[in-house]
Amino acid sequence: MIELKGIYKTYGKGTVNEQELFNDFNLTVADNDFISVIGSNGSGKTTMLNMICGSIPIDRGEIVINGSDVGKLKEFKRYRKIGRVYQDPAVGTCPSMTILENMSLADNKGKLYGLTPGTPKKRISYYKELLSELGLGLENKLNVKVGLLSGGQRQAMALLMTSMSPIDFLILDEHTAALDPKTAEVIMRLTDKIVREKKLTTIMVTHNLIYALEYGNRLIMMHEGKAILDISGEKKKNAAVDDLLNLFNKISLERGNTV
Amino acid sequence: MQLLISVLEQGFIYAILALGVYITYKILDFPDLTVDSSFPLGAAVCAALITRGVNPYLTLPVAFAAGAVAGLVTGLIHVKCHIRDLLSGIITMTILYSINLHIAGGVANVPIFSNDNIFSVFPFKDALGIFNTTVVILIILIVAKLLLDGYLKTKSGYLLRAVGDNPSVVTSLAKDSGTVKILGLTISNGLVALAGCVMCQQQRFFDISMGTGTIVIGLASVIIGINLFRKVPFVAATSAVIVGSVIYKACVAIAISKGLAPIDMKLITGVLFLVILILGQFGGRLKK
Repeated sequence: MIELKGIYKTYGKGTVNEQELFNDFNLTVADNDFISVIGSNGSGKTTMLNMICGSIPIDRGEIVINGSDVGKLKEFKRYRKIGRVYQDPAVGTCPSMTILENMSLADNKGKLYGLTPGTPKKRISYYKELLSELGLGLENKLNVKVGLLSGGQRQAMALLMTSMSPIDFLILDEHTAALDPKTAEVIMRLTDKIVREKKLTTIMVTHNLIYALEYGNRLIMMHEGKAILDISGEKKKNAAVDDLLNLFNKISLERGNTV
Repeated sequence: MQLLISVLEQGFIYAILALGVYITYKILDFPDLTVDSSFPLGAAVCAALITRGVNPYLTLPVAFAAGAVAGLVTGLIHVKCHIRDLLSGIITMTILYSINLHIAGGVANVPIFSNDNIFSVFPFKDALGIFNTTVVILIILIVAKLLLDGYLKTKSGYLLRAVGDNPSVVTSLAKDSGTVKILGLTISNGLVALAGCVMCQQQRFFDISMGTGTIVIGLASVIIGINLFRKVPFVAATSAVIVGSVIYKACVAIAISKGLAPIDMKLITGVLFLVILILGQFGGRLKK
């Protein structure tokens, strides 16, 4: 369970560009929730993910993960329980290392990185099996450097790598936004499969309203640091893309934009 | 012949150093100026031990350890005090200048001509004749290279490569990328000091200024080696770096044999490095 309690966050504090984003923000993510988060640019979606993972500090409030306050826990330590996939496929993999080396790195998460062989020979067939499930033919390119792969292939690998070790939470930061529609579809289906199989509690930020409705059990629309819409279960199932679009436009108009 | 032997001796010594620079420059993408002082640090430790009658072979691990500490300091300054990479190296480099003088007994020059060294106590000295020094250096170089190659294939080595390649992956693996960087700097400067130790015994004296421009020689070796073998498969980067070092030393030797005075050594070193950098641009990517 992830709980955000009374979160305050202001960017550029004390400068002319001071901008308050979160003012007493609260959110509880229950175990096995799969939340889709939508909202316009600057609504605080990515900031929320960054605060949970510890990539940026909060001004006030509490972030509680599995019952313990992680406020003082450094970013890298929080990733013991969290896997994260970013919008940019380049962020999740090491480009000058081979597919095999990347897989071995991810496989060892949570264990000691000591002086034993980087790629244990007996694990190679397991890696091949995992890769073949992607259906991208990567299992035949084990010694190819990941930097030579396409964005979609790299993103698939990044997703696979995050889910190889036992984690509780999956944080997806617009992870299909940089991909072509077909590849995005492949990655989304893979995401859903992994989330179900590993029973991961998931927060997915997306700009794709169809994905937001199609996947997950709960949907949140963010606006100016607040969750202005929070639906789950049947209500989410019955919501339509048009409803969301109408709400989106309404917010936009309130801010003085024209449709 | 004498010239060739001299080039090989120097080239192999600086190749040990270049292996260290390879770790920081190529793997970690960290321009580490500590090198200019950790090289003479190895030499100072060596001279101090040898003049006290310590077994010459023992100077090698001790010098490595001393250099490792220097790298550790640079790493801590960079990671824990959040000082920029270049400045962290400069700070340690400056501090080490005084430390090196202390280790050398307060003098800028320590001759060890009359003492035993790794070459004079080598068991096959007589059989090897004029090649003795070259062979001993080559053995040390090969051992260092094989150990480094082996290390880079371990889990810890993978993590080191990942940190230079994409630090966010290391963070995602719940590992502190700062700690891994420090580890890399430690190993790197250990190798550099080891090279300084061998250098001291080859030239048979320690000199406080022997480190000036070392980083340039190291970088030049790495860049020549990597660029030369970029399109050649199955040549380990560490091997490429060794070849780079020998080529670089050969270029300097040729320049001097063509009539340039030894006092122009650093001038040649610097200009040659510039030429290599410019040529490297034509060859495509300079850095990864």
